[in-house]
Amino acid sequence: MKNTDESGLDLIRERLRGARGQEYWRSLDELADTKEFRRFLHNEFPGLAGSWSGLINRRDALRLMGASLALAGLSGCTSRPAEKIVPYVHPPTEFVPGKPLYYATAMVLGGYAKGLLAESHMGRPTKVEGNPRHPASLGATEALSQASVLSLYDPDRAQAVTRNGRITGWLSFLTAMSERAEAQHLSKGKGFRILTETVTSPTLAHQIRTLLEAFPAAKWHQYEPVGGNSARIGSRLAFGESVNTCYRVDQADVILALDADFLCSGPAHLRYARDWAGRRRAHGGRERMNRLYVVETMPSGTGAVAEHRLPLRPSDMEAFAHAVAKEVGVAVHAPGSSVPEAWTAALVHDLRQHRGSSLVIAGEFQSPAMHALAHAMNQALGNVGNTVFYTDPVEARPVDQIQSLRELVDEMKAGSVDLLLILGGNPMFSAPADIDFAAGLNRVETRVHQSLHFDETSRLCSWHIPEAHFLETWSDARAYDGTTTIIQPLIAPLYEGKSVHELLSIFLDEPNRSGYDIVRGYWRNEIAGRDLDEFWHASLNSGVVDGSALPVKSVQLKEDWTTSITAITAPNASEIEISFRPDPSIFDGRFANNGWLQELPKPLSKLAWDNAAFLSPATAERLGFNHRDVVELVLHGRSVEAPVFALPGHAPDSVTVHLGFGRTLAGKVGTGVGFNPYLLRTSENLWAGQGLELHPTRKQMVLACTELHHSMEGRNLVRVGSIAEFEKNPGFAREMGETPPSGDTLYPGFDYSQGYQWGMVVNLNACVGCNACVVACEAENNSPIVGKQEVANSREMQWLRIDRYYSGDKENPSTTLAPVLCMHCENAPCEVVCPVQATNHSSEGLNQMVYNRCVGTRYCSNNCPYKVRRFNFYQYSDWVTPSLKPMRNPDVSVRGRGVMEKCSYCVQRIQEAKITAEKEDRLVRDGEIVTACQQACPTQAFTFGNINDPDSRVAALKRDPLNYGMLAELNVRPRTSYLAKLRNPNREIEKE
Amino acid sequence: MAQIFHRSTNTIARVTIFGGIFILALLSWVWAELYRSDYSTEVNVVRDQPVPFSHKHHVSDDGIDCRYCHTTVETSKFAGIPGTDTCMTCHSEIWADSPMLQPVRDSYQTGKSIEWARVHVLPDYVFFDHSIHVSKGIGCSTCHGRVDQMPLTWSVNTLFMGWCLDCHRTPALFVRPRDQVFNMSWVPPADQPIQGEKLVKEYKIKSQTDCWTCHR
Repeated sequence: MKNTDESGLDLIRERLRGARGQEYWRSLDELADTKEFRRFLHNEFPGLAGSWSGLINRRDALRLMGASLALAGLSGCTSRPAEKIVPYVHPPTEFVPGKPLYYATAMVLGGYAKGLLAESHMGRPTKVEGNPRHPASLGATEALSQASVLSLYDPDRAQAVTRNGRITGWLSFLTAMSERAEAQHLSKGKGFRILTETVTSPTLAHQIRTLLEAFPAAKWHQYEPVGGNSARIGSRLAFGESVNTCYRVDQADVILALDADFLCSGPAHLRYARDWAGRRRAHGGRERMNRLYVVETMPSGTGAVAEHRLPLRPSDMEAFAHAVAKEVGVAVHAPGSSVPEAWTAALVHDLRQHRGSSLVIAGEFQSPAMHALAHAMNQALGNVGNTVFYTDPVEARPVDQIQSLRELVDEMKAGSVDLLLILGGNPMFSAPADIDFAAGLNRVETRVHQSLHFDETSRLCSWHIPEAHFLETWSDARAYDGTTTIIQPLIAPLYEGKSVHELLSIFLDEPNRSGYDIVRGYWRNEIAGRDLDEFWHASLNSGVVDGSALPVKSVQLKEDWTTSITAITAPNASEIEISFRPDPSIFDGRFANNGWLQELPKPLSKLAWDNAAFLSPATAERLGFNHRDVVELVLHGRSVEAPVFALPGHAPDSVTVHLGFGRTLAGKVGTGVGFNPYLLRTSENLWAGQGLELHPTRKQMVLACTELHHSMEGRNLVRVGSIAEFEKNPGFAREMGETPPSGDTLYPGFDYSQGYQWGMVVNLNACVGCNACVVACEAENNSPIVGKQEVANSREMQWLRIDRYYSGDKENPSTTLAPVLCMHCENAPCEVVCPVQATNHSSEGLNQMVYNRCVGTRYCSNNCPYKVRRFNFYQYSDWVTPSLKPMRNPDVSVRGRGVMEKCSYCVQRIQEAKITAEKEDRLVRDGEIVTACQQACPTQAFTFGNINDPDSRVAALKRDPLNYGMLAELNVRPRTSYLAKLRNPNREIEKE
Repeated sequence: MAQIFHRSTNTIARVTIFGGIFILALLSWVWAELYRSDYSTEVNVVRDQPVPFSHKHHVSDDGIDCRYCHTTVETSKFAGIPGTDTCMTCHSEIWADSPMLQPVRDSYQTGKSIEWARVHVLPDYVFFDHSIHVSKGIGCSTCHGRVDQMPLTWSVNTLFMGWCLDCHRTPALFVRPRDQVFNMSWVPPADQPIQGEKLVKEYKIKSQTDCWTCHR
């Protein structure tokens, strides 16, 4: 969408003057009701005109259509293709063909594990679910782990061992490295360096320690571009030692998040989100429900669900934290903050009222001083032992990773390194801009890089070893609380991939030792005295090593901890600040080649396939930039070009950029997408920097932003009330809209007196917008990706979308998130307009979509008030690439061009459960059918089941006074209904 | 003005118009017949197999139960095709030198699977489950015919959707007692509609005609 004059921010401001209070809007364009927005709205598929190339005239088109019709008829004459059945020679005993098996394993991100159960069809992993027994998962998953299956089958993965870009094979690498190792033995490893990411794997830590004993002069460095470096240093500032901080969010009544997106990111966010959501159920009353305060720069999912949210730029954050700390009894000097005093006072009062049941969380990307302050505040509020507990570090060796990387690069530059192993990571791309990694690297004689893809770092290394995906390897890793998981493979490496353990074993004089032997060997020693087989099977079966969680540790604040916090100075008000954040979808760039993640609309901005310079609408206006203008960001002499994105709720006078984009060697999907903020990021300004300049470039850019797609045009779609309103009138949500009586239709009804009647309830109070459900749905239902241009044309194929609605002031609006999927309406408007009955009603109330009957008129989509139907305008599904075929769910059709599709309530799972129940001569039990979105959701926002059974959870929720049907006034009688969102605001801040 | 066309052209025109319709109808009928013919559906057509396996011999002569080889028919969607191991349980002892069984021995030694030609082919958008049919009293022979009398295997039914629906609409005409499911020589009793109705009640069989029962 290009910006025209009338969509300028001036106009938005003008229109806003007349705007009323509690109306919901989805974008600034909609708020101002610009011509641009009108045009977009009235053109449901705005890209349609654009895709007509104009090279063909009407007659030719008709001729071609006629010919293709005739040829399509002819193609029906061919006989059916011969199919082969290829059975096993020696069938494995545990396989039942047609039945999936589940194996417990774990995905590691930033060193920390989240437990998974991976689904395997005849030896092919097709889907991952959370492991209910794992403390960091509790059965839920995040978008990144859902997408890991696509990474496994990514055709762009590195496939062979290469030397200077030429394929050599593992054996020649073995030979070469054995020689190097011998040479290093002579010098005790003087020039031998290892660079890893954060390590929690007990086996890997043991291997590295053994290696360092064998080569006493060798050194181990760690660098991870995104991670808890500040927390590591912060705990040392506060306690004088490295400790690991864990929260008991379910015990907290009042939570203050200092730029902490603790519900949507970090090693324990799935657990915290579950614990938080557990305290959001209305029926506990005011006392049960927690209250969340968030101050943040960039709007996040956590901010969206907060009772009270305040946008603050990075430098103000610290001043605010000092002010709060001082008020709650921490002996710090507070120079005064820009936050309204009444707000701070109300917050402080609330925190002090809840001594021992409050919680202060400092964000992963805040300064070490902020972490120390949060520790002190929790101590002062008596939270330690109640809502906060400490343990020994989970990491094998917690170090200041920036320092670690700098030391390595200095040594490399000095020429004292001659053998460097880079095990994972992509430091050439992600190292801070002031640490010239390339200059150092080029002086190292033997440079070995191991990674999934041949990337920016691999290109500069002499050897590249393909890394085996975690679904292909034996390993182990620990979760946020220390719980250890033994990672087991589901498939032998697809290519010549090796695990990091197998690579390191070359230097431990054990070349060719298998990953299995290495990991099992470590645990044999570790559990000496116990039965290894029993331990091994129990650990693999449950996905956790029993009793491996770290014990609670008591720590004391250092006497002089405040002296280590540098006195803060009042920020320079006129300067623009920048803050760097990992991308919610592609993280630090490692998932750049994952199409599911690239195409995922980011939680609040709804931007896909790009990153942008996010700033507040007021700042954009002040600087004279329009949405999608390309600007040059200059920070201390370094610059990149970025499109401007005016995001309601962003902190003023600051710009947020997401890392991970601008890859130059990521693969077919990820190369050249977005711009690279690492080019601006220095070790001094890791997460935030001052003195940013924005220069206009007079260029504009198309951004694939889905915030306006599938618009339902106003109406009371999302309903929000406070808990006080609820107590006064429990049925307030239902009264906000009208529900016509059920018989009000000309069509005959359906009889559900027998059997099942499926339905779903979505709890708006629980959704944090983390996108896990969206990717889970894509993985379960074989959804294709369409690419940036097609997303810009409103043709994304995700069956489930998360709508984001704003209300109130555009500088700090309150936000409501609503997952929208097919409602399976009782009076479905789509069914009556289909000329070929390709969409119709099932005897169990499902709105069925039959692909093999669909002729692609798209009438159904036009008639759908929820805009949840997706049409295959082109052949989006990849039917050609061999490596993608085994990824598909064998129980769901892979759709072709010209076919409509939509959410099926995961009917393949319904059928499977029904068949199992029928065979056992019983009814399907409540909770036996779990849809993919429901299974992934960390906050349990989805409930699915049989409405006919009055005892089912879904039926109980449908009776809840908060339950309402979205657009029920249209008399479509949606089968998916919503529970209105309830807030628990502080009356001192929000007068009722 | 003189007539350009002779009177008789009226007749020709009529014949042509109706003839055209007739020819179109004829063509459609021919196409439909062809489509339904054994030529197209490959019903009653024997497929070439790498090993000329005889169900007749193994079932009728040797008395081997269906489930000895098709092991997962009661538990899974897929009935299961025996691995080479299963063949070799007997054929390492009997007919151990038969040249006909050379591909089996080769497979066993090389570890390379035998590639059987599929006889019953369903389109990819149909999701069929053997186990539920078996457990509801639909016998093997109802769909697969008298496999025990087939020296080489062929299919006896078209597997058209209409054919599936015949049974899905009126299961009483086809259901049999569960203990007769694997009995190849079971024939419906004279009062099948009455007996079937009883079984339908007893086995709680529901007429499943929702599209998503099979297509998804």
